[in-house]
Amino acid sequence: MSTVKLTVNGKAVAVDVEDRTLLVQLLRDHLNLTGTHVGCDTSQCGACVVHMDGRAVKSCTMLAGQADGATITTIEGIAKGDELHPMQAAFRDNHGLQCGYCTPGMIMSAIDIVHRYGGQLDEATVRTELEGNICRCTGYHNIVKAVLDAAGRMKVSQAAE
Amino acid sequence: MYQTTYHRASSVDEAASLFAKGSDSKFLAGGQTLLPVMKQRLAGPSDVIDLGRIKELQGVELSGDTLTIKAATTYYDIMTNADVKQAIPAIAYLTSVLGDPAVRYRGTIGGSIANNDPAADFPAALLALGATVKTNKRSIAADDFFQGLFTTALEDGEIITAVSFPVPAKAGYEKMRHPASRFALTGVFVAQTKSGDVRVAATGASQTGVMRVPAIEAALKANWSPSAIDSVTISANGLLADIHGTAEYRANLIKVMAQRAVAAAR
Repeated sequence: MSTVKLTVNGKAVAVDVEDRTLLVQLLRDHLNLTGTHVGCDTSQCGACVVHMDGRAVKSCTMLAGQADGATITTIEGIAKGDELHPMQAAFRDNHGLQCGYCTPGMIMSAIDIVHRYGGQLDEATVRTELEGNICRCTGYHNIVKAVLDAAGRMKVSQAAE
Repeated sequence: MYQTTYHRASSVDEAASLFAKGSDSKFLAGGQTLLPVMKQRLAGPSDVIDLGRIKELQGVELSGDTLTIKAATTYYDIMTNADVKQAIPAIAYLTSVLGDPAVRYRGTIGGSIANNDPAADFPAALLALGATVKTNKRSIAADDFFQGLFTTALEDGEIITAVSFPVPAKAGYEKMRHPASRFALTGVFVAQTKSGDVRVAATGASQTGVMRVPAIEAALKANWSPSAIDSVTISANGLLADIHGTAEYRANLIKVMAQRAVAAAR
């Protein structure tokens, strides 16, 4: 057992876990943050994507100990109170989901894509960059539309801040 | 996953001593291969020694005609590094088509070559560029480092600290990406050294892992152009065959990927 200390969605936490615990297990089983999903559990589907120190990583492919000292943001941490994050709002407005299982990972990856590309995003880039996130409903068309829509909104909201 | 004990090392020396204390230790860098393997219980190390936060294993240095990438530098940090993009753009490109964005944030060059997966990308770059692998004990030429499937010249407990690449006159890389895993169904790295020598390495093709391709090297040395490879014959003997492609298919891919790599080389 080890004590893993990290900041999750702005809150400092210390969790005693077995050393073999994955970051996604710490989030879901110990902190009850079940918005982060486990899809394939083999690093391929991206349902488990969270941000660690600002980078979108697969939380099923990290030991909790590797995140010790890090700042983690999960899908639960991106809205400001009742106000959805622009990426969440764009997914809702563009119907960017069918069953919704992949959505938390899609949104966390998509925010990272917009951060990296800023205003330079086009459809082909979004499709390429989403290759680590799998939607088994194959609802990619509206997901891509949502990401492009959100990229514009995020630019506006950044400019407003 | 089996029980294990996790250690975060703060220096290479500390990592080596932690490794020696465990009964069956493994080094962990980005973990993008080791952790999936542990989750499948194909590996059950008693101790996992994390190299990922060791400062002396991070970063890129360009000094004269030598580009040095420290072992725990992530793929993302390699592909976005200005020195890499300027000195050997083929390495930046190779890194940008490896895995997916989340994997590139975690995976490291040292982890890739230490594992020596027969379809990994970086072994081809090291072999074609004539790179040198630096460890905490010695320097190993790429020609001696890769020794077959998942096998390298590394001794038990030896830690890769960096890879040094001589900056080439021109280099290029192309691969046929496996549609699901993004591993190279076959990938070819071509390099023309500043002294005019040509080295070509193929990954994902051979049953013994990354390999030089002497026939294409000779053709390109005589005439550095994609068409020079037209008349080369690649034997299917010893090439991988699986549900994704026959040995003959991979033999043809070596030629086609080499031609595309030469066309893209700069």
